[in-house]
Amino acid sequence: MTDLIDRQKLSYIAAQAADARLNVELETEGMTLNIGPQHPATHGTLRIIVRLDGEQVIWADPSAGYMHRGYEKLTEVRTFPQVTTLVNRIDWLGSFANEVPFILAAEKLMGVEAPPRAQWIRTILFELSRIANVSLFLGDLGVQLGAITPVFMAFRDREYVLNLIEGATGGRFHPNFDRIGGLKDDLPAGWIAETRQVMKKLRNFCDEIEDLLFGNAIFQTRTRGIGVIPAPVALQYGLSGANLRASGVDWDLRRDQVLPLAYDKIDFKVWTHPDGDSFARCWLRLQETREATHIVDKLLDGLPAGPVMAKVPRIIRVPEGEAYVSTENPLGEMGYYVVSKGDMSPFRVKIRTASFNNISIVPWVLRGVFVPDVITILASLYFILGDIDK
Amino acid sequence: MSVMFAVDLPYWAQSLLRVLGGTVAVLLPAGTIVYVFLFKMMSFMQSRLGPMEAGPYGSMQLFAEVGKWLQKEDIQPEKADARIFKMAPLIVLVSTFLLVAVVPFGPDAYFTDFEAGIFYALAVSSISVLGILIAGWSSANKYSLLGGLRAAGQLIAYELPMVLAVLGVVIQAGTLNMQGIVFKQNADSMFGWNGLGNPYVLTQFVGFVVFMISIQAELTQAPFDMPIAESELVSGYMTEYSGFRFLIFFIAEFATVGVFSLIASVLFLGGWGIPFSWFGWDSINAVDDWMNVVGPLIMITKMLALSFIIMWVRFSYPRLREDQLQRFAWKVLIPVSLANIMVTAILKVAL
Amino acid sequence: MVPLSDTQTATDQTPALPGDAKRERVVQQLRDALGDGLIDSLIKPGDDMWVRVRTDSWRAAGMALRDIVGCDHFSFLSAIDWMPSPFGRGEDDPTAPTPERDMTIRPGYTGGDTRMQVFARVSSTTAHFGVTIKADVPDDAPVIDSWLTVYAGANWHEREAHEMFGIGFEGHPDLRNMYLPTEFEGYPLRKDFPLLARIVKPWPGIVDVELLPGAGDSAEDGDTAQAEGDTAGSAE
Repeated sequence: MTDLIDRQKLSYIAAQAADARLNVELETEGMTLNIGPQHPATHGTLRIIVRLDGEQVIWADPSAGYMHRGYEKLTEVRTFPQVTTLVNRIDWLGSFANEVPFILAAEKLMGVEAPPRAQWIRTILFELSRIANVSLFLGDLGVQLGAITPVFMAFRDREYVLNLIEGATGGRFHPNFDRIGGLKDDLPAGWIAETRQVMKKLRNFCDEIEDLLFGNAIFQTRTRGIGVIPAPVALQYGLSGANLRASGVDWDLRRDQVLPLAYDKIDFKVWTHPDGDSFARCWLRLQETREATHIVDKLLDGLPAGPVMAKVPRIIRVPEGEAYVSTENPLGEMGYYVVSKGDMSPFRVKIRTASFNNISIVPWVLRGVFVPDVITILASLYFILGDIDK
Repeated sequence: MSVMFAVDLPYWAQSLLRVLGGTVAVLLPAGTIVYVFLFKMMSFMQSRLGPMEAGPYGSMQLFAEVGKWLQKEDIQPEKADARIFKMAPLIVLVSTFLLVAVVPFGPDAYFTDFEAGIFYALAVSSISVLGILIAGWSSANKYSLLGGLRAAGQLIAYELPMVLAVLGVVIQAGTLNMQGIVFKQNADSMFGWNGLGNPYVLTQFVGFVVFMISIQAELTQAPFDMPIAESELVSGYMTEYSGFRFLIFFIAEFATVGVFSLIASVLFLGGWGIPFSWFGWDSINAVDDWMNVVGPLIMITKMLALSFIIMWVRFSYPRLREDQLQRFAWKVLIPVSLANIMVTAILKVAL
Repeated sequence: MVPLSDTQTATDQTPALPGDAKRERVVQQLRDALGDGLIDSLIKPGDDMWVRVRTDSWRAAGMALRDIVGCDHFSFLSAIDWMPSPFGRGEDDPTAPTPERDMTIRPGYTGGDTRMQVFARVSSTTAHFGVTIKADVPDDAPVIDSWLTVYAGANWHEREAHEMFGIGFEGHPDLRNMYLPTEFEGYPLRKDFPLLARIVKPWPGIVDVELLPGAGDSAEDGDTAQAEGDTAGSAE
């Protein structure tokens, strides 16, 4: 404990020294500004302490943890099926996607493989949660930059996707639908036709947003060249998902690893962008949303028939072992390192969330940018507080 | 307003009518703009209905909002500079009332008739800058301070293009008097054809565009709303204001939109007039008396048209960053308006 | 017993299993780089791989992974406390005496000699594989080298591991709390730190359950867990 306090003292002294240096060199006082925890721009309670020189950021430090719920400890007292309920709530906008890596890890440890129909439906719901998540991002992007109109279109079109998810799973936001060995239920009648309709609507929405927001000259001026993250830095910090691909790294966990999901059975395009600036990240997510609608269509075309649940015992005891499964979630790479000792509960679950790494780069990327650009960069990095804070 | 009625009104009655008229002239556009554009038009553009509960189709929503703001607690930050904090919204509102004093609504329907009307208007419109600045400073809040500083830079920067755009109009009209400018637009002819009069929106098109952009910035509307910047500064210089004081800021914002639209319609759209050639009038005094009633209605129509444009742009565009804003003003708008003045002057002498 | 490492040889009758050349080369590269710093490894062919290194080779192993093996993408860094929880699953009846529990420390894949281990995951975006690397943390003085100079992203992960497990990271300049308030005492993810929610309010499954009329047997742990399992929906 004492060396914790020593370290705190040291960092406090270092901050004071930095301030003193600032005062001597520039003869002005840097202004310390708290962005958050209550702030319209942060998607939840994230606090970023910035030190400003006029409107330029000299030093930034995100302070997460306002929403820490202790998930890794909580999983140790839950049975394996109960963990899906917990884990829905990490990235609450695309919540089905949170369940999938955990269930896959448990299935890997048990040696159980879900039947093909379950795998395909899992993938469809996964992509639907991606669309729901990222369409909100696209709308919210406008609000962060000052365009208040696109967000209403985003929410309107997102309602269709949420209705679909509710129709299949019973829950709009927290489906809790994935089970070890398959899914809770099969799809309802008429769902497939409805989904095709909704995918068309979503594609229209993507085109609308592209016209309204991305084609706008002011949007381009506000996002091009802002917050450039070069590929080596992105890799070092462990950025993932659209953030990494926007820096030019061609790494997509759907294509680049073999999982019992239906991705290897269909063709889809993995988008990258060489620039690594905010525009690239936003543009990439738009393209990925469109691509996700195409993926859903192809998956619906090839959906096999059959059962949706494999034979698993009533009380699930996962054999001893360790497994790490990560998937390409809407926010990035989300993975679960599950350690099991043969009990009904996991021994240790390490939840690797995408936003934790995505936000760890904030001190690096925010140096020297203006205050409005802070908002732009945060918006383009796209995080969910539940994902950072677990 | 002196010959509005055949009766000779005593001075105090005339002053009272002027005060009432001024209040109506400021608050009526504000209320209309808030309801029609902010509540309804913005909602329809965002595919939703807007307020529908208060009154038929939500028409009483503004009164409900006013009542709500009036009954809110008047909070003042502890460290705020109390006197200045209280003064700031009033200063912004005062500048709007002062502005409307020179706007002519009809051949005899005006509050005052300055010889240098437009000069006075431009000067007085800068008073609101002071109000915004001291609101930002006295709030004892870093966000408000940032908003106030941004406002200072922006509003002063965009004063210049505004003035220069107006200068083109003044050169063409040959007078600073607002009534004179209206007369010139309606009585003159464009390149020899007097079917439409000489509305400066056509002949001073560049000046019109520059003026509208500058108004957008002067009103801190998107894409120039850095001082407010809702997603960053929560409300900029207005963050710490609540209750009645916020209501004053709110009304002042939309009233100023209306008043600036009135001024723009006087300068560019021909004010209260319809082209005089349609009626055979050749001087201000020859204009019929019924124009004193129809004039204000025409003014309101033109004001609504221009406010529509201002609000439409506000709801559609993201906001420019402060330095991009400044760059746009100093490097694009000012040279363009200077070029406009040169061309106008040359053509005025040549033609 | 779970096979913990692949140093156990198969019998002579076993046909030659298809090896995982990619991952075996990685193990060989690490062995060349670290010498005997590499204690153990486990490869699941075609699937995943685990590697355990000596505590003092932790940073060297990171650099070898980054530079020689080519794992450019840093995924996460955390720790595991291998001691079984003295509180079980938090379902103890607070009025009954604490049941006996087996407290032997049994580590997982690639073994381990200490109670706590630090583990990290890195992947290669070009060769499409990932490595989980573990290292023991000495029980008496839980300190290990920081990976800050190896992967910049380890900064936040080490802060989190420090506050949750109490593991010190040598060379990390700013080891303050990530999630917890600064004044928080204790290391929550250690197994001897109880789940406070279950201390404050005991697990209702034991305390509040009311017997059905006519049901003679008391509701024991397994049954109620089965009921839980039912409602959580392991449908078939």
